Amino acid sequence: MNENVIEVTDLGKRYRLGGRDHAETLLEHVGQIATYPIRNFRNLVQRKNFTEGEEDDSILWALRDVNFTVKQGDVLGIVGHNGAGKSTLLKILSRITPPTTGEIRIQGRVSSLLEVGTGFHQDLTGRDNVFMNGAVLGLTRREIRDRFDEIVEFSGIRKHIDTPVKFYSSGMKVRLAFSVAAHLDPEILIIDEVLAVGDLAFQQKCLGKMDSVREQGRTILFVSHNMSAVEGLCGRCILMDGGRMAYDGTVSEAIGRYREGSLNMAEASGLAERTDRDGGGRIRFTDVRLNQNGGVYTGESVRLELDYEATVDIPSLQVAIKFSRSYREVVMTLDNRIQGKPLSARAGNNTLVVELPALDLIPDRYLIDLWAGAGSVAEDRIFNATSVVVLEKDIYGSGVLPQANRHGFLVPPACRWETART
Amino acid sequence: MKSQATTIIKPLSGWQLLGLTELWQYRDLLYFLSVRGIKIKYAQSILGVGWAVANPLIQAVLFTVIFGNLAKLESDGTPYILFSYTAMVVWTYFSGILTDATTSLVANRAMISKVYFPRLVLPLSAVLNKLLDFAIAFIILIGLLLYYGQAPSYTIFMFPVLLLILILTSIGIGCLLAAVAVQYRDVNYAMNFLVKMLMYSVPVVYSVDYIPEAYRTLYAINPMVGVIEGMRSMFLQSRPFPWEWVGIGALVAVVIFIVGCFYFRRVERHFADLA
Repeated sequence: MNENVIEVTDLGKRYRLGGRDHAETLLEHVGQIATYPIRNFRNLVQRKNFTEGEEDDSILWALRDVNFTVKQGDVLGIVGHNGAGKSTLLKILSRITPPTTGEIRIQGRVSSLLEVGTGFHQDLTGRDNVFMNGAVLGLTRREIRDRFDEIVEFSGIRKHIDTPVKFYSSGMKVRLAFSVAAHLDPEILIIDEVLAVGDLAFQQKCLGKMDSVREQGRTILFVSHNMSAVEGLCGRCILMDGGRMAYDGTVSEAIGRYREGSLNMAEASGLAERTDRDGGGRIRFTDVRLNQNGGVYTGESVRLELDYEATVDIPSLQVAIKFSRSYREVVMTLDNRIQGKPLSARAGNNTLVVELPALDLIPDRYLIDLWAGAGSVAEDRIFNATSVVVLEKDIYGSGVLPQANRHGFLVPPACRWETART
Repeated sequence: MKSQATTIIKPLSGWQLLGLTELWQYRDLLYFLSVRGIKIKYAQSILGVGWAVANPLIQAVLFTVIFGNLAKLESDGTPYILFSYTAMVVWTYFSGILTDATTSLVANRAMISKVYFPRLVLPLSAVLNKLLDFAIAFIILIGLLLYYGQAPSYTIFMFPVLLLILILTSIGIGCLLAAVAVQYRDVNYAMNFLVKMLMYSVPVVYSVDYIPEAYRTLYAINPMVGVIEGMRSMFLQSRPFPWEWVGIGALVAVVIFIVGCFYFRRVERHFADLA
């Protein structure tokens, strides 16, 4: 039985981005708010967001030319950086959103878990929520009733099953939700990061459950940032990059390329040639390097080298390096004035070295903005001067990695944990 | 493996069929959504289902005082409280479905963007969700009729037809508005006001006699006119059964339902991206 259960052909997904509504001032904001109705009405009349428009710069191909097949019993991992198209691919496979081009053929009953606990409601009891959640995931009332005891047993919260879930701890909620998901019994299972929930013991239980699903010859598609989970579970792996498939083959090769891609992305390109900068211009950044363009790992030290050109002597140099996760969501700033480290520069080419003993940022891609001033007068400012991909590292040695989309942006140092009866 | 169901996922364009077989497969979801709606609503209220009675009854009493006693509006020769409560029972069901259906997509957007299921289930669940309230309000109506010694007419066999017209109309408009509300939240903000306005466009507080004879056929294009007058005719025997109005209303209701559902199906593929 080596038939293809999933065939993906020339799959593409196009999004139309909203207008570039980047207001700088309060007045612009007010202006934008005031003109929203007019713009929305124009869109409504043109039925803009509901129709496929012609190509222009507000079109984004989130996914393009994706082709792959999955055989019965395959456990396929899908990895890639944020924005590489993984989530879009999952959403199309789960039939949440339709593709713009191409086709997918799926043979058999599919369960897709993009989150656990969909349809859960605070005011309902655990029992009600199990039924609700099961129905949302496509089970019939009878199927849920038949599996109910098993589900409750697996979750380990039988005592509280008739309590409204608003009185549950978040851990209990997740366990109940995952238990429903674990008892779907599909022929094809599509999972997104759901392993990153619950405590360690429960995660082990879930991994075990997935193992048994695999042993039954079921097909699994597994999307994750957790490389060790992908390595442990998958037999084959697809690497997504920029909406396209960059690699399809062995797990070790895919993960290797994933890490390598991370390094390439961190390289700065042509900072000296950038013209989208402002400031007085007596200082100009010309290049930026992190760890000599080597890898940047979470929790490890980082050495930043900034090349700049000064047209005159600058007795009081101020430099700010801003890390932001997405568009202007600043995560941290390195600023020599704030840190009380005065700098001065001579006219000509200079290199500023900044050493950060530990980069406590969660693995993700960060944009770096640079700012330089003479005194407090802005001389050079560049948004997105470079980007850095902070690579994951098991700094706690626990086998569990913090996740960019659910654990904030800091990776704090390991704490001392102790509980005792008082 | 046993099931050999093949799912084909490809770009969708233009009009789609309603997908009734799939809707049927998801009937349990419809059921649980409706039950969830009812449970959530009454989970933390003291009056509980009492609200189902209080809502239309208090309004009917208010109308009786204001429009019946103060403004002294005609009520087709029946006690004003019966006159208005009969209309309020169906109107409350109608507006309940309409409001619920319209807000159903935005209220459940987390679900829409995470799981696939036939989206029509969401507005449709409003019909069952509000059915309990309707049934309770209806029992009170029977009590009132008994109290006033009012016997129903033989045309009571048309009752299910009137209900069907009510459901088709409210779901039709609800689907249409829900689809628009996903992108433009104005619809939700305007809903309260819209429902109130709609109420005065049908003979809830006033008698059809106030509408000039020449315009009554035009007036009956609103399916709720036929429903309300049909109700009054069968339970209060206020006038002969308005076959013409119910007929026109039924036609319009079917058209509204078809347009609403098909429009919904046409744009539902974008819900996950917009919601």
